[in-house]
Amino acid sequence: MPSAAELAEFEREVDAWFLENKPADPGFILPETFMEVGTDQQFEFLRDWQAKVYEAGYVGMAWPKEYGGGGVDQAYQDLATKAMATHRTPFLPNTIGLNWAGPLILHMGAEEDKQKYIQGILSAEDIWCQGFSEPDHGSDLGNAQCRAVKDGDEYVINGSKIWTSLGSYAKYMILLARTDPAADNKYAGLSFFLSPMTVPGVDPKPIKKLTGEYGFCQTYFNDARIPASSLLGEEGSGWQVAMITLTFERGATGGQAGGIASMDLNVNDVVELARRAKRNGAPAIEDPLIRDELVQLVIESQSNSLMSKRSKIPALASDWPNAVAMSGKLRGSELKRRMCQLAVSLQGANGARFVAADAIDGGMWQRSYFNAFSGTIGGGTSQIQKNILGERVLGLPK
Amino acid sequence: MELTEEQIMLMDTASSFCREKSPVAVVREQINGSELYDAEMWQEIAELGWLAVAVPESYGGLDMGLSSVVPIVESMGRHLLGSPYLATTLAIRALVHSGSDEQKERWLPQLASGTIGAVGLTEQDGSWLLDQIESVGKIDGEQVTLAGTKCQVLDAEAADVLIVSALIDGQARLVLVTKAQLGEGRTRREIVIDETRRSYALDLDGVVVPAHQILERADFARLEYDALLLLSAEMSGGLSAVLHTIVEYLTTRKQFDHYIGAYQALKHPSVDVLLSEEAAKSHVYHAAATLAEGDEGATEVAVRMAKAQASEAFAYAGDRAVQFHGGFGFTYECDAQLYLRRAMWCQHQFGDERYQRQKLAPLLLD
Repeated sequence: MPSAAELAEFEREVDAWFLENKPADPGFILPETFMEVGTDQQFEFLRDWQAKVYEAGYVGMAWPKEYGGGGVDQAYQDLATKAMATHRTPFLPNTIGLNWAGPLILHMGAEEDKQKYIQGILSAEDIWCQGFSEPDHGSDLGNAQCRAVKDGDEYVINGSKIWTSLGSYAKYMILLARTDPAADNKYAGLSFFLSPMTVPGVDPKPIKKLTGEYGFCQTYFNDARIPASSLLGEEGSGWQVAMITLTFERGATGGQAGGIASMDLNVNDVVELARRAKRNGAPAIEDPLIRDELVQLVIESQSNSLMSKRSKIPALASDWPNAVAMSGKLRGSELKRRMCQLAVSLQGANGARFVAADAIDGGMWQRSYFNAFSGTIGGGTSQIQKNILGERVLGLPK
Repeated sequence: MELTEEQIMLMDTASSFCREKSPVAVVREQINGSELYDAEMWQEIAELGWLAVAVPESYGGLDMGLSSVVPIVESMGRHLLGSPYLATTLAIRALVHSGSDEQKERWLPQLASGTIGAVGLTEQDGSWLLDQIESVGKIDGEQVTLAGTKCQVLDAEAADVLIVSALIDGQARLVLVTKAQLGEGRTRREIVIDETRRSYALDLDGVVVPAHQILERADFARLEYDALLLLSAEMSGGLSAVLHTIVEYLTTRKQFDHYIGAYQALKHPSVDVLLSEEAAKSHVYHAAATLAEGDEGATEVAVRMAKAQASEAFAYAGDRAVQFHGGFGFTYECDAQLYLRRAMWCQHQFGDERYQRQKLAPLLLD
């Protein structure tokens, strides 16, 4: 462990670096997360930023040196990540690589996988995307039907994957595909691949979102041939590998490459907006009804932070000890959606504008509201989350 | 937010005591009975030292602070346990915040050991602004003569020591009145929505007490924060109980061949109750810790948030509990009404959620 003095010294260094190097406003609206990168201009800007952060040595600091990491204690990375959040820098766009594929490869990949993939993940030279969901099986991953058939030293892939963020820019995909349709149960027939996106027969088609922008793809596979060495783990163990991958999501122990994954809005941003935006000539924050709604959001936001703290105290874990941990996505995503909704509705007639120069904050709030549905829908809709909580936490029947 | 070993022990003791002493059947008996409270149980509560918890050591207390009262009141709320504990604790806290050394020495040791106390702050207009009152006290030499009527005075009939608010020389002050000084026939039982409560109108016209019973300070703000914390803790306990009542019915009652908990129209709002209960409990323990740290500004924000969250959540949970029990929910026999009534009583004491948010707005937004 580094000493407190060493860490304090590093904190000063990293703080100064981000203050000095935080990119200036690019003059175009930036996405909030990697799921919202819609133009080449946005993508290039963010990729350059990650490359710069990597060159400065502030991402992958705790990953092994021999594969391109920094080889130092995780505490350093945590301070660098904190500085990125403090300075509200752009996020690092290779989110799937940094948080899912990279940790997974370090955890269970072969030596040549580590040599081949890790550095490109950190430098953002090799962008990764995720191929789990399918058009007909939104919340039911285990039922994935995309086929992988072994043919000599290759697998032939047929089918399609949906919601592949950065699909058009990605060099690799972590792919869950069915190798054995006749397996005893649906999970046992799945295999996991580190699959190249650049071979013939892989066709990522951008999906136009409700915002009118792009950001996701539906990726079609038509007799796409990938090397048999792309298989990670045993054939038929795809489900287990996918579950391991999910444990590497942000906050999980180990494998943290660091870097912020989103430019997240919080309730203070909405309060600050309410001071600037006007309703009938006066700042929205002076309207008693708006004030009440803002206070409700502040309380709710505080609830979420206090719930995490309380759930770590066993004596206060309450009768339903899993309630807090299992409801994080539901609470966070619904709060964000309603926050954006209020941010739009406090703008007077300007609430009716959309992304354009004459909109308040360039129409960011309207766009954020629409994009907030990615949180309340993706990864199991809020309604599915409530079923899960009702059944697994409260013990209500299916 | 953390708990000491002592607080955890207190929590365990309170939880098993309340569970044992106050099953729903006993609660219902008490509603119908004329007994003010179970004197034997009150004695046990005193012997457990629970009345001394929030009293400074120099006045016969355990000096554990109000935050340690929170798990006790939460357990009482969970089991709807009827006792003058809340009323007595508020009287104690009024003295702690506003009494002179002599006043504390005179009254706190006896309240800490089982003398029943009460506070009379509210009046007929139902205002929550504690210093905007009409009752008056007129000083005449060594005496003060009171006039006016206090309303919704919890456990006034049982109390030996009452602390009431009155305008003296135009300033809202707190005055201590003993049962003997009050005299006979001064209390009139009120019908309130929570039938487990014993609530009274208190006629002060012509009551005379020595002027040295006017509390030295008039710290209404800190008394209010303490009350908000205790009520929120009581509601947090009640919320857990009503959620269990809902889940019990949803997992045993069948309609159209299915347990009704399988229907998403009932399942999803039950999850809403769960999450608002988890939030309320978190606010309560955070507010307790904040109050213990002593920063008055942070305390005000924390206790008002706790009261707003707990009031809204408990009233919603009680409302849904009645609805989800269907026809049975409409009957007096169904326990859902006990919680709904409790929720609505607590909600309207010391400011409902709208009032708390109104007070929070300048603190959070300006």
